[in-house]
Amino acid sequence: MNIVVLVKQVPDSGADRNLRSDDNTVDRGSANNVINEMDEYAIEEALRIKEAHGGEVTVLTMGPEKAAESIRKALSMGPDKAVHVLDDALHGSCAVATSKVLAAALGQLGADLVLCGAESTDGRVQVMPHMLAERLGIAALTGARKLTVDGDNLTVERQTEEGYEVVAAATPAVVSVWDTINEPRYPSFKGIMAAKKKPVQTLSLAELGIGADEVGLAGATSTVLAHSRRPERSGGERFTDDGSGGTRLVEFLATEKFV
Amino acid sequence: MSEVLVVVEATREFGVKKVTLELLTLARELGTPAAVVLGGPGAAAALGDKLGEYGAEKIYAAEHEEIDGYLVAPKATVLAELVRRVQPAAVLLAASQEGKEIAARLAVKLDNGVLTDVVGLAADGTATQVAFAGSTIVTSKVTRGLPLVALRPNSVTPSPAAATPTVEQLDVALGGADKLARVVERVAEQKGSRPELTEASVVVSGGRGVGNADNFKLVEELADLLGGAVGASRAAVDSGFYPHQFQVGQTGKTVSPQLYVALGISGAIQHRAGMQTSKTIVAVNKDAEAPIFELADFGVVGDLFKVVPQAAEEIRKRR
Repeated sequence: MNIVVLVKQVPDSGADRNLRSDDNTVDRGSANNVINEMDEYAIEEALRIKEAHGGEVTVLTMGPEKAAESIRKALSMGPDKAVHVLDDALHGSCAVATSKVLAAALGQLGADLVLCGAESTDGRVQVMPHMLAERLGIAALTGARKLTVDGDNLTVERQTEEGYEVVAAATPAVVSVWDTINEPRYPSFKGIMAAKKKPVQTLSLAELGIGADEVGLAGATSTVLAHSRRPERSGGERFTDDGSGGTRLVEFLATEKFV
Repeated sequence: MSEVLVVVEATREFGVKKVTLELLTLARELGTPAAVVLGGPGAAAALGDKLGEYGAEKIYAAEHEEIDGYLVAPKATVLAELVRRVQPAAVLLAASQEGKEIAARLAVKLDNGVLTDVVGLAADGTATQVAFAGSTIVTSKVTRGLPLVALRPNSVTPSPAAATPTVEQLDVALGGADKLARVVERVAEQKGSRPELTEASVVVSGGRGVGNADNFKLVEELADLLGGAVGASRAAVDSGFYPHQFQVGQTGKTVSPQLYVALGISGAIQHRAGMQTSKTIVAVNKDAEAPIFELADFGVVGDLFKVVPQAAEEIRKRR
């Protein structure tokens, strides 16, 4: 099975993250940039499927030059190769344009199965799997906590607000995974060394047949007008329990009309 | 005035979801609210009264087995057709998993911008969003097409404004691409009478400090006394204390209730990402240095196994 895993480089969610003051895009310079955490689960799932059923695993990333570090990191877990969509014109692309670019790349790669994280920790928009499926005319099975592959048939168990659902589709399909699906492996030393030699193909917009005016800030379908830091919440009253902590808590709730 | 389409979310058990009533309330500021019910046969009949009560002047009903039988694609197809026909002033959805997914497909079908996790929307289409774990406020706007907006639950106070909606049945004409992701089985898990986590006005969450799964009864008891939902931190979920569906934070649910009670939760940034925009935050933790106290409007430094039972007792006394 030809599996493509979407990997996004994001600013570390544990660090102080900002938008840039000049163009309101994500500031990738101020925080440490890492693989979107959820994508590691998608990589792990891809490797497990390959181990069980054979095939090839390709990492697909769209991002600036810096994203190459995350691609190597992803490859060190075990995928065979990577494709990096790299073009200065992509800076500031909205989700709709991003899906156009990734769909074009996926079209060239001819994936049977596209795996990705259920969301990225920077945007948390969760729209990409369905945008890609819509463009490619293939199925999207989102939010998988369990994925079973049987020949060309995929079965996913996904959590819902009322319980869970079992959904099925034939390949080709896009499947997004939550962090409950598996436990990602740590790259081994051997894996890290091997990753340095694995092929990383770079694709430009021209090679994908997409015009520079269709993407980036110029081609965006939505715009950020302004941004500001939310006023820091300041800690309020703090009470060290002297045996009346529970009562004091309820007194506070009562003054706020919750009790 | 142009219509504003509101995509209805409902559950079999509780009917129209609160976030839909928020959307109708918001829609009244932008134009003439029209509710869109996308579901199986008979889906709209049970919801009409409630939708009218909150100002729906019209109900578009697309009722077909195939809408329920496949994941979101049929809903997006029907909705796109409706948007092309009525040219609404805006399309509003809930920022639930399904709402965002319908919006995603609609955005591609119509080559239209989309804004998700919106917490406020002005009449001119300017939206407010919170980003980066609640640390940044963003104003944004769709610049291609109509405002296609997914609203985060608990962003607007729903207020009734009675209307008598007319009902229009929509044709459901689906293609092969709409029927690729088949629902094989839907399993309802018992969750009792507690409100849904993202919609609840009170959320009581437990963390690693709760110690084990059995002790979560304490969290549940306080939640029930306050009429709230139960949440859990990632640490508690990873330790197997409570099911993943109740996880609040970066890789779980984002909640924005009137009151958030954090019990035995240190307040790591991953957790804050999911609850920082709560109106009032209360915390109990034995570690005085826990970062959760930096957010809490009221904090008790102490043993939650002493503080919580006493608080529960005090609430009962005041009834």
